[in-house]
Amino acid sequence: MSERAASITPTEEQDDEQRADAEITDGATPETDDVTESETTTDPVTSGAEAVVRALENAGVEYAFGVQGGAIMPVYDALYDSDITHVTMAHEQGAAHAADAYGIVSGEPGICLATSGPGATNLVTGIADADMDSDPMVALTGQVPTEFVGNDAFQETDTTGVTTPITKDNTFAADPDRVGSDVSEAFALASEGRPGPTLVDLPKDVTKSETDREPDAPTTPDTYEVQERADEDLVDAAAERIENSSRPVMLLGGGVIKGEASEACREFAMEHEIPVITTMPGLGAFPEDHELSLEMAGMHGTGYANMAITHCDTLIGIGTRFDDRLTGGIETFAPDAELIHVDIDPAEISKNIHADYPLVGDAETVVEQLAAAVDASPEAKKWRAQCQQWKSDYSMAYDAPEDEPVQPEFVVEALDEATSDSAIVTTGVGQHQMWACQYWTFTEPQTWVSSHGLGTMGYGLPAAIGARLAADDDQEVVCVDGDGSFLMTLQGLSVAVRENLDITVAVLNNEYIGMVRQWQDAFFEGRHAASEYNWMPEFDKLAEAFGACGFRIDDYDDVAETIEAAIAYDGPSVIDVHIDPQANVYPMVPSGGDNGQFALTEDQL
Amino acid sequence: MKRGLDGPAPEERPTPAGRRNKQGIRIDPEVEATHEPRRTVISALVEHEPGVLSDVSGLFSRRQFNIESLTVGPTDDDDRARITLVVEEPDPGIEQVKKQLRKLVPVISVRELAPDAMRRELALVKVDAADPAQVNAVADMYDAKTVDSSPETATFEITGARQKIEAAIETFSQFGIREISRTGTTALARGTDDTAAPMSATESAAETANQQDQSYTADDD
Ligand SMILES: Cc1ncc(C[n+]2csc(CCOP(=O)(O)OP(=O)(O)O)c2C)c(N)n1
Repeated sequence: MSERAASITPTEEQDDEQRADAEITDGATPETDDVTESETTTDPVTSGAEAVVRALENAGVEYAFGVQGGAIMPVYDALYDSDITHVTMAHEQGAAHAADAYGIVSGEPGICLATSGPGATNLVTGIADADMDSDPMVALTGQVPTEFVGNDAFQETDTTGVTTPITKDNTFAADPDRVGSDVSEAFALASEGRPGPTLVDLPKDVTKSETDREPDAPTTPDTYEVQERADEDLVDAAAERIENSSRPVMLLGGGVIKGEASEACREFAMEHEIPVITTMPGLGAFPEDHELSLEMAGMHGTGYANMAITHCDTLIGIGTRFDDRLTGGIETFAPDAELIHVDIDPAEISKNIHADYPLVGDAETVVEQLAAAVDASPEAKKWRAQCQQWKSDYSMAYDAPEDEPVQPEFVVEALDEATSDSAIVTTGVGQHQMWACQYWTFTEPQTWVSSHGLGTMGYGLPAAIGARLAADDDQEVVCVDGDGSFLMTLQGLSVAVRENLDITVAVLNNEYIGMVRQWQDAFFEGRHAASEYNWMPEFDKLAEAFGACGFRIDDYDDVAETIEAAIAYDGPSVIDVHIDPQANVYPMVPSGGDNGQFALTEDQL
Repeated sequence: MKRGLDGPAPEERPTPAGRRNKQGIRIDPEVEATHEPRRTVISALVEHEPGVLSDVSGLFSRRQFNIESLTVGPTDDDDRARITLVVEEPDPGIEQVKKQLRKLVPVISVRELAPDAMRRELALVKVDAADPAQVNAVADMYDAKTVDSSPETATFEITGARQKIEAAIETFSQFGIREISRTGTTALARGTDDTAAPMSATESAAETANQQDQSYTADDD
């Protein structure tokens, strides 16, 4: 395998030269917790671009994902001397998804870079994706020199204008003396409170300009206030409600994972024996192999989770924004339940579902507050028995006759079996994503990396690249992809090969954009308008062409063995899994429907 | 081959009797509560930096909030500007307006003003002045100041509550109005009340908790 030839890391010689030249001024480095120990960080900055890179170093950044270009060149030139490893991507969309996944797995903002104009607009999908899922991410975009801004100059786009609706905050860096601090602030804002993507637009003259101003430490501006603890009186009232409930359910969202509250939620649920449901972004917050787990609710959630959420009398929603794919029709969502809503973002309270007990604060802190306030467990034995009954009534079983095409559920289970509990799963968007949700048994937080809110096809492979670099060495990274989704960003394979990343892509190939075909079957009289993709390449051969390892599965005999070989392969591998092209995802709540009325077959839609 | 999963069909399952309304509030299906539309004034203190006005106006169009007017101007502090918004609420949504505004990083504080807040707007009205005496008589009635006059036209400046301005325009219309330009409302809280002082975390939590209890309508004075 090739070495990280394209990575911009200093060679030994350069490093030495640097050291010889270095004029080490004491006290030039700002005080931060995370100053990386390296000679380069003690050199005073001399340009705006160096201040940008210094800000990233101060924040402890290890990897950055991006693509070069005219307006961002000064920043790349400064990166050249840095210990930060830059991973050159094949497309900026991939850079944004890789940074996003890096942020999900590591809990620290992922960094992506792009040049002005098309570079910046190519990032947009990935930024919007991170915004919808509250993933911590910092995007740095080049911009034409200030004097050209507003003149429709070559490769000019109003990047802050374009990204205002899809960023937590963005800044046009106008001043070389401030540009480093702008980046520090963007980094702090991306992860504090409710995480999200931030962007700093960097005009070329600003990054090229001389400055000796070191960036300030990464802190959020004074106007940004986050409430950590919920109001005690409200906590007490919520605790009383929990004690007196007879049909309680906990609903854990992505905020539980981002707020590192999984452990606190597990303890609370187990101590008081409260059944637990997760949203799709919440997968992994609670072990799905535990008796109290009802797994995921919503459009393609389990029947038992949807029965429980429909019939509960107290819903403890933590770190969830009650997305419509979860709630279905508002009128019929948990209609008997009083809602205790824990969220760090006050704007989520009563946005979609009215909260009877609004607990604004950090998920972990508030769950601990609740744990301290609840004295007696609810008497819910009958309810738990009912939930178990639903679990067996609506079990997630499927038929897999030997002589039929391979069923996708079987493949997902086989992948899960072949990997450890800590394995990370990324996906594209479509049926395969739903099968991964349903048939992978998630037990650990930060192991599920998918595009929830935006639903971005093409997310899976670049996300696997970012996840791989954030994960521990012994964590397997598996991308469960769809043929249509894979086709959208598969140029990322070149990056995986160049960086020799140990990832396994399993393409559940149905030669359809299957989720669309499923809806056409159900709601458009089976008219398959533009959803048949029977012109797909052979993905195993395509993988080989990129220098990755290719595999193919056609029937059940191959499944276990091939998966084992692909996982064992030390580098990127792609399995082209030819699944039953007609397989559909059930249960299903049609959009806007009643969660309790989920369909188990097409006839019930 | 059978497609789908086992288990009782939808019609064989129990369904709860409860229901929620469009706002996700649990309701008695027999007596669906109706919402009285209201209009209110929101004042936001913001960092005086480029882009903040487009952040705010973008937020409003993106979230489909109904704003009737938006004014912005400097304050006694060079680094701060005050934005005054008049918001119409066909569905309950003013709480969301406030919360979403507070999320914007350059926004320092957001307050919904009490109904007795002082609200003023300014209008310039250019009318045909064929009958100057009569035109001036109407102007006097509304304390309108003449800011320009020509043989054919007169332009007046009127300040006051929205209703007064509307009444003035209505009366002026008998002469033939050529053009109107209005500023939208700006407002301050009365007496010692702060219009948009930063709010402590506990205060905003309490506000979140009590949001249903406030239901006054801000009529113009
Ligand atoms: C970028 C993008 N374009 C279009 C869609 C709409 N869409 C949602 S699911 C889907 C089908 C996905 O097909 P595939 O990746 O092959 O997965 P499958 O459903 O077959 O498992 C499409 C087209 C989308 N989510 N994202």
